Amino acid sequence: MPTRVNKIIMENSDVIIKNWLEIVSEKRKNDYTSSISEDLFQSTNREFVNVIFDSLDQQSLTKGLEAFSERLVNLGWPLSYLTDGLQTFRRVTIDFVLGQNEKIDTDFFSIILDRVDSWVDPIINKLVNEYSGSWEHTVSLQRVALQELSAPLIPVMRNITIMPLIGTIDTERAKQIMENLLEGVIKHNAEVVLIDITGVPVVDTMVAHHIIQAAEAVRLIGSTCILVGIRPEIAQTIVNLGIDLGKFPTKSSLRKGFETALELTGRTIHRESNKEEVIEDIIGSIEKE
Amino acid sequence: MDFKPCVNINKELDIVGARQLGRTRAKELGFGTVDQARIATAISELARNIYLYAGKGKVCFEVIDQLDKQGLKVVASDEGPGIRDISQVMQDGYSTSGGLGAGLPGVKRLMDHFEIHSEWGKGTEIQAIKWVR
Repeated sequence: MPTRVNKIIMENSDVIIKNWLEIVSEKRKNDYTSSISEDLFQSTNREFVNVIFDSLDQQSLTKGLEAFSERLVNLGWPLSYLTDGLQTFRRVTIDFVLGQNEKIDTDFFSIILDRVDSWVDPIINKLVNEYSGSWEHTVSLQRVALQELSAPLIPVMRNITIMPLIGTIDTERAKQIMENLLEGVIKHNAEVVLIDITGVPVVDTMVAHHIIQAAEAVRLIGSTCILVGIRPEIAQTIVNLGIDLGKFPTKSSLRKGFETALELTGRTIHRESNKEEVIEDIIGSIEKE
Repeated sequence: MDFKPCVNINKELDIVGARQLGRTRAKELGFGTVDQARIATAISELARNIYLYAGKGKVCFEVIDQLDKQGLKVVASDEGPGIRDISQVMQDGYSTSGGLGAGLPGVKRLMDHFEIHSEWGKGTEIQAIKWVR
């Protein structure tokens, strides 16, 4: 019996494909794929339906299906195109097979449903898996990329390093900030570390707590931590929250913090009138360092 | 005004979601940058408390329209362990998790109106309102 259904489907594949293409093209008009060119859409439809029939022919998921879904994922076709297409395909096929028989009893009906389902469902599962797999892959790559960006330490001058923080600070990131900070202070032999929070949108008690702990840890290994980039609204919320940031110096901008850092390391900025001298001085000081 | 009223708090990242939604609402209502920062910080504290102590809950937003004033109401509710002694958690410097202990009293100072209901073993609901000035 099952093979009879298969036979009907295979023998009439042309009609089924024709019906399917019509419905899919009709659907397309008010749809997500409207930005795709007509030629590409038609050729993809044809490829899609061939892949579906191949898998019926060989009674298993084919290499062709894998290649096809991989290509669509890379091109960024919406997953709904594939799932919609397969749902339509299921309906068209069932309609067609039912239309071939005048007399239909419930047994035959359920067998048809069963056959078509066992054919179409694995394809849907496979495609959804491919898509979600590629999303997970992207997300995990981005997570790694974000982690690398999350707590950079930049040595700007001998004994002075800067850690610019941008974005939300969560527990995981706070841990990284602490580790990178301490490791960097030792590695670069920093006397002063500037933590710049210009890019941190909200400083709540947890963020403040982590910053205080980091600054305290930096103090313990013999360096000074300066918190810079405190915007006026952040300053007000910190006061409202009643957080005491008095244990280490704070500055409104990186520039002011840097000037303080220079002072703390026994340096000052001089403006020279003669430009050539300045350049020579700079070269000289670089050579000395 | 039509908007999504609630954010579910299940993981740490949801705190950011709640905060951003709150900030957007505050901006729409015409709060200034300082008040936006206050509201965002208060939401951050409330959402973090849910995440830390109850595990899950939700933060809801409501626009309050009164004859003479307009405001944003933030309601943070959970079905967590509840708070045994409310007066204790409203003290500065009290924390059971090793934090700064400035969260709830801080929220009270950041917002204009603050209400807390909690039943031991049943959950907590905190309502806070900020008026547009």
